[in-house]
Amino acid sequence: MIKSQLVQKISEENPHLFQRDVDRLVSTVFSEITSAMSSGKRIELRGFGAFSVKKRKPRIGRNPRTGSRVEVEEKFVPFFKPGKLLREKLNK
Amino acid sequence: MNDNSLTRSDLSDAVVREVGLSRQESLELVEEVLDYVIEALVDGETVKISSFGTFSSRDKKERTGRNPKTGVEAAIIARRVVTFKPSQKMKEFVNKGNQGN
Repeated sequence: MIKSQLVQKISEENPHLFQRDVDRLVSTVFSEITSAMSSGKRIELRGFGAFSVKKRKPRIGRNPRTGSRVEVEEKFVPFFKPGKLLREKLNK
Repeated sequence: MNDNSLTRSDLSDAVVREVGLSRQESLELVEEVLDYVIEALVDGETVKISSFGTFSSRDKKERTGRNPKTGVEAAIIARRVVTFKPSQKMKEFVNKGNQGN
């Protein structure tokens, strides 16, 4: 399923809404999650899961082709942990 | 409430602001978005949200694990798990935003 299909489904369920508003709604939900994470916040959606940011320490990496050492800077990566309800539903 | 953590209500506040729907309806619609994502995953579909990321489910085989504390072996049953792969765009955005914090 891609975003436009998700928008389609929600539009069908809510015929009183303009599709462009539903599109805006879906985009807002996801962009809000991204922007929260980019300011270091955690998003906890009970039942669905939680989005958080994990810190990766700086390390010395290697260029796999030449074998030379390269410094890899500290970085921050998005992380999703599925919620209990989602895990249960998947395993029914 | 912990101001370092967002919930459904913060997401629906954003919807109220951006789309101009009522608070109650926004809350219900945020829930619908999440429910449809779950439904697709349960059906074995991959959910791809451009510039956000991809949710997919995969089957894990049964294996023998160990309780790391006691060292006792235990069977880990076969199960389905959800994985989320952030898009390149999200990774860049999240990494940039957190540098220097």
